[in-house]
Amino acid sequence: MAVMENENRVWKLFVTFFKIGAFTFGGGYAMIPLIKEEVVTKQHWLEDQDILDIIAIAESTPGPIAVNTATFVGKKTAGMAGAAAATGGVILPAFIIIYCLSFVLRQFEELAVVKYAFVGIRAAVLVLIFQGLLSMYKACPKGKMEYLLMAFAFVVTAFFDVNILIVILVCALTGLLVNGRKQS
Amino acid sequence: MNILLDLFLTFFKIGLFTIGGGYAMLPMIRQEVLAHGWMTLEEIVNFIAVSESTPGVFAVNISTYVGAETAGLPGALCCTFGVTLPSFIIISILAGGYEAFQESTIVKGIMSGLRPAVVGLIGAALFSVVKTVFLPDGLEINPGQFGVSLLVVVLSLLIRFKKKVHPIVVILLAAAIGIAAGYLGLLG
Repeated sequence: MAVMENENRVWKLFVTFFKIGAFTFGGGYAMIPLIKEEVVTKQHWLEDQDILDIIAIAESTPGPIAVNTATFVGKKTAGMAGAAAATGGVILPAFIIIYCLSFVLRQFEELAVVKYAFVGIRAAVLVLIFQGLLSMYKACPKGKMEYLLMAFAFVVTAFFDVNILIVILVCALTGLLVNGRKQS
Repeated sequence: MNILLDLFLTFFKIGLFTIGGGYAMLPMIRQEVLAHGWMTLEEIVNFIAVSESTPGVFAVNISTYVGAETAGLPGALCCTFGVTLPSFIIISILAGGYEAFQESTIVKGIMSGLRPAVVGLIGAALFSVVKTVFLPDGLEINPGQFGVSLLVVVLSLLIRFKKKVHPIVVILLAAAIGIAAGYLGLLG
């Protein structure tokens, strides 16, 4: 009986996260309200506080927020099988859509009208990235170390094309040395 | 190296070393994809627009696309699997005892260095996108293209900051301006 119930949950996780993956445009943060609605309000798998914890964890671990959140909810709800089902579910719609698009996108880009359109579109994407940068800047705590690291990361990547791995390791180490031993 | 293995390992690395949402993955994708010659920066920027207009997250979308373009379905599977796997492993382990992880001063210290790093890195990625948009041919300015780009940037900024319209609306408007300019012969 318990096995049946767990199987049922795993399938439900897959379907729920497939739906979330299929109906969210634009990324991980856009997914949070939908995840809350499905997982907390409808299915009662988790509580509001869990969602807040998940966001905090997803932000401070590697990888896309959407994948982190799906894995976390799946694991909490139905163990490893649940984690695999939720993660697979959230990825699959994007995978199918982009894989199908990949056959036509290149040819499509050759058309004059599309080339013209993309001249405009690239400038709009620039603004979208700028806004992403702005919201990350606002969310980042500010102090001497933070400004120094921002400037360091910007300059060595933009002007010297230093390997980003090295930049990340240097900044992580700096943070660890400056703040890692303080008792909070 | 075997191309599939190369794709898998590269995207595994990207997944493992990108922290944060939104465009946090862009700097590393840009550097790796350009270094391997899998796409040009212009193609990546075009693809961001496609990604914003289709369901799903940028990370999965671009991984699938780079893989499919480079090595078909097996390539797409390798990239998407690779970019997802680090998160999957780490979160599966952490889901049991994340309170300890959240409270850890070591994690807090590392994060205090990584947050500003990501801001600087995205700033650098934006810098290279600005160069591609305004100076696609090096220092030779194409006045038509420069003007159209400037118009779109100013309009998009006005629209996005005044009203919270969806990115797709901005992309469609920008496309219309680009097409109009193209058929008026302004793009040369």
